[in-house]
Amino acid sequence: MTITIPDYMPALIVAVPLLGAFLTPLISKINGKIRNGFVIFILLVNTALVFLLSYDVITNGIRTYIFGSSQEVTLPIVRILFEVDAMSVFMGIIISILVLISVIYSWAFMEKNTGLDKYYTLILLLTAGMLGMVSTGDMFNFFVFLEITSIASCALIAFWTHHAESIEAGFKYIVISSIGALFVLFSIALLYGQYDALNIAILSDAIQYTFLDKVALVLLVVALAMKAGIVPMHMWLPDSYGKAPSTISVILVSATLASLYGVLRVIFTLYGNVLDVVTRDIEFLNIKVMTGQWLGWLIILLAIASILVGVIMALRQTDFKRLIAFAAVAEIGYMFLGVGVRLASVFVENGNGLTVVHPGFGDTALQGSVFHIMNDALDVGLLFLVAGAIYYATRELSLDKLGGLARNMKYTTIFFLIGLLAVSGMPPLNGFASKLIIYETTFQLNPILGIIAILCSILLLATFVKVFHSIFLGPPLPQYKEVKEVPKSMLLAMGVIAGLIIFIGLFPEIIYTNIVQPAADALINYSSYITTVVGGI
Amino acid sequence: MIIGITLIESGVNLFLITLGYRKGSVAPIYTSSSGGIMALPVPQALTLTSIVIGVAVLALMLSLVIHIYRHYGTLDVRHVRRLRE
Repeated sequence: MTITIPDYMPALIVAVPLLGAFLTPLISKINGKIRNGFVIFILLVNTALVFLLSYDVITNGIRTYIFGSSQEVTLPIVRILFEVDAMSVFMGIIISILVLISVIYSWAFMEKNTGLDKYYTLILLLTAGMLGMVSTGDMFNFFVFLEITSIASCALIAFWTHHAESIEAGFKYIVISSIGALFVLFSIALLYGQYDALNIAILSDAIQYTFLDKVALVLLVVALAMKAGIVPMHMWLPDSYGKAPSTISVILVSATLASLYGVLRVIFTLYGNVLDVVTRDIEFLNIKVMTGQWLGWLIILLAIASILVGVIMALRQTDFKRLIAFAAVAEIGYMFLGVGVRLASVFVENGNGLTVVHPGFGDTALQGSVFHIMNDALDVGLLFLVAGAIYYATRELSLDKLGGLARNMKYTTIFFLIGLLAVSGMPPLNGFASKLIIYETTFQLNPILGIIAILCSILLLATFVKVFHSIFLGPPLPQYKEVKEVPKSMLLAMGVIAGLIIFIGLFPEIIYTNIVQPAADALINYSSYITTVVGGI
Repeated sequence: MIIGITLIESGVNLFLITLGYRKGSVAPIYTSSSGGIMALPVPQALTLTSIVIGVAVLALMLSLVIHIYRHYGTLDVRHVRRLRE
């Protein structure tokens, strides 16, 4: 079966939510229900488009779309260009599913709030920004979408303006993200100054790894990792995840993952050519250190720090959403761990001349961490939705005050149990599938790291069992006698995610071979990304 | 803090503009060019975009600051710390 899709498909997945964002305030003048339906409709259409595009990209290869010209790729490229490969559509699928689910959930969850037209408009803008970030093939355009994403998500974090903490979290977020984005812009300028190009493929083809490139690499990785919320730049993350409305926390998860995509794109595509360059030769130990190696060990160090800090801080939280947010920090650490293992596993074999060896487990590690991006988005998303449901029913998120809710909210309890087991990597749920890959490959690189990763996962389980006990079990509290189960749309949204988690957990190989492997291969084979634009090296 | 961020932004913008400078160049308007060397137009376009984005960020930050002042009654960062943990 072949489906031919038009050339402008990559642009369409950004244009549709953008158009929706402009129409939403107009439509909400008519009726609130029509507006909600309209937003869901737009997102459904967009999700369908993303799926069509993914099908096409995975079967037929990379698609490009050049704005404002005929589709012939001519050098030098001065136009803005979208370049969509398997990794982009992989992120696109995650983003569109999470946004769709959180909008369905907010139908009931946000019902009592005012200013909902702005809320939905911002959500659509944020969607457009995130999809743009993952599909663009131009550094500056990436920066623009990054800023769109951070402005929209900051406004959404501070959406509950009557809570002082939300405002504070929003301010913290905008300060962090605008500084990060400016450093991204600065490094883009450094690259432009040297190579006279903004296109990722052309830059990657021309890159020489001069001193300025090193500066740009460090700035880009640090700024984007800051936005992905990795220790020691994680301080904004629990605040904003914890204080935003639950629906927004879910979307923010995908926004941080889009930044993570930025890190991957920079490391593997933009600097793909120079990862194997030997930067330091330690003669007496007979070791040659390559770019990829020191970068990899740096990332592993940060990843382990994130996992440890995330888990330990999660243990001592009393606020349910902050606790989930710290667990999310730990999960991001796991993803970076896989990436770091891929980079650090490369070594030079000193036989006749220099041969760079990529052990097979490095690639597997990358696949594991790409797989974990999807699983983490679903697991943490589900937990945030459950936290939202509890807040909706009881107006309380403190673990000390809640108790005995399993009697009144049995579906929510089941969903929480699924999310709990999945996030701490228990078989047969999806978190297990990807974490197992990461453990195994990390163990092959360095056994101690693997053991730390496993231990932290067990600690995470302990944390969530404690939460489960204090919220859902125990004697019924008098003040929660009247608590009812949450409305149907919220249950539906949680049910969809829970269903996906169980599905991926039971049949991981379907997702793994069809979506994850092409995505990881797209990162490893950066040369196809370059040749699509530059046309042969 | 806001002033600091604005300063960083101006710095980056200046850097971008400088990148496009060529000695003795004229403004890159093709139709009215006198035939001399033209400055690079791309960095100027980038700077323009970045200024626009900067204004949006600045407006958002200022509106948040107004809200913070309403809730806390102060703008001293040492007191705006309810989220400490």
